[in-house]
Amino acid sequence: MMSKLKFGFYWAASCGGCEIAVLDMDEDLLEVLDVADVVFWPVAMDIKYKDVEAMEDGYMDVVFFNGAVRNSEQEHLAKLLRKKAKYMVAFGSCAYTGGIPGLANVSNREEIFDVVYLKSPSTVNPKKIVPRTEVEVPEGELTLPVFYDVVKPLDRVVDVDYYLPGCPPPSSLVLDAVRVIASGQLPAKGSVLAPELSVCDECPRKKENKQITEIKRIVDHTPDPDKCLLEQGFICMGPATRGGCGARCINANMPCTGCGGPCPGAIEQGSAMISALSTILGLAAEKEEGFDFEELLTQLKDPVGTFYKYSLAGSIINRKVKR
Amino acid sequence: MSYEPKIVGFLCNWCSYAGADLAGVSRFQYPPNLRVIRVMCSGRVHPAHILEAFRNGADGVLVAGCHPPNDCHYISGNLKAKRRVAMLKKLMIQMGMDERRLRLEWVSAAEGEKFARVVTEFTNQLKEMGPASMKAMAVAEDD
Ligand code: SF4
Ligand code: SF4
Ligand code: FES
Repeated sequence: MMSKLKFGFYWAASCGGCEIAVLDMDEDLLEVLDVADVVFWPVAMDIKYKDVEAMEDGYMDVVFFNGAVRNSEQEHLAKLLRKKAKYMVAFGSCAYTGGIPGLANVSNREEIFDVVYLKSPSTVNPKKIVPRTEVEVPEGELTLPVFYDVVKPLDRVVDVDYYLPGCPPPSSLVLDAVRVIASGQLPAKGSVLAPELSVCDECPRKKENKQITEIKRIVDHTPDPDKCLLEQGFICMGPATRGGCGARCINANMPCTGCGGPCPGAIEQGSAMISALSTILGLAAEKEEGFDFEELLTQLKDPVGTFYKYSLAGSIINRKVKR
Repeated sequence: MSYEPKIVGFLCNWCSYAGADLAGVSRFQYPPNLRVIRVMCSGRVHPAHILEAFRNGADGVLVAGCHPPNDCHYISGNLKAKRRVAMLKKLMIQMGMDERRLRLEWVSAAEGEKFARVVTEFTNQLKEMGPASMKAMAVAEDD
């Protein structure tokens, strides 16, 4: 038998769900451990950064890196792990396109610190203490990582070999990825390790006539469980989102919010959804008397949060304009 | 030197491009700030094209097509363009961009004069607004 592979797992700006996705493989994890030893995984084993520094370059076969890059420590680790790994996999939406943390790019460091440390209703901070990257104490100098102005996807700071989409990636995709890696039949660099289809392709719902004259929100209505959600007026990101999840949310009667990332071949996800939605939003009604397009438009509450929920930091306009 | 805005214009082949052509042969004067991209229909313009134009330094983007409701040669391309532009404008506001930098106009093949007026107005408006800071923003390089 060929010698075992060496895997590393790391988390940066993420919620921890990607780590759970690995554990979610249940007994399939045994198959992973048959082909690979995990040599670095801070969430599950006691290992220090200096142990990673001591590794030879390329020592690990694959590092699965989840989370976006939000501070200097994460960037440092991304660069270090890149050196120590033969293949770097951006694991999950945050590493791939910024994910939910990337939505912070509608703001910036100053505004965020202001709210979190000074203004939020639950903050009590009479001395107005805000974290600094360096401070002198009698024992010497203490340092903290630099909090960046923006959130960046992993490939903004290091070269990435493969992308594993999802928030978190479905366990089946993780297992498929491990199998492909173990087989040595690796796809072209830069590939997304997920099927070449959209969520709509995987969706079992009845699709009939996509023309809507109302945008509904899931907080106000309960959808019919059999009909296409978009046709019912709920913004479902299915047409602009890569499948591979088996339409998980739709099967729970919730619209897809887009965690699978852009469809194969798409430049970016959000504008693809704007484009798709434009083809069904009251087009037929436009030629009727009394149709009020402006009113329809006001029903769209949060374009960034709706169309770019997981991909803002990896999109064409990836942060708020600085004046 | 005075500031000259760069405008990218997506003009539909059947109406607005012909309108621009008419402006030319009729020798209507308008500022040279517009870079024209001819598309078959305003419905061909993907929102990503518009965002890319801004990211690459356009100060303004003009989308022009046939008059609604019935002039579009592909039935409803102009109505799709209207929706894309409207949603993009909302997006631009959220992203701190001035949505006036994106402009949608209906120009028929007979409206050479209107075309010249639109370009003149838009150019003047963008001059007043000053350069877009889009480029610096989009790269997200600064820490
Ligand atoms: S829009 Fe949503 S509900 Fe409709 S077919 Fe696509 S994935 Fe299914
Ligand atoms: S349905 Fe959409 S949001 Fe839900 S898991 Fe699939 S890709 Fe993600
Ligand atoms: S052909 Fe002119 S807008 Fe469609």
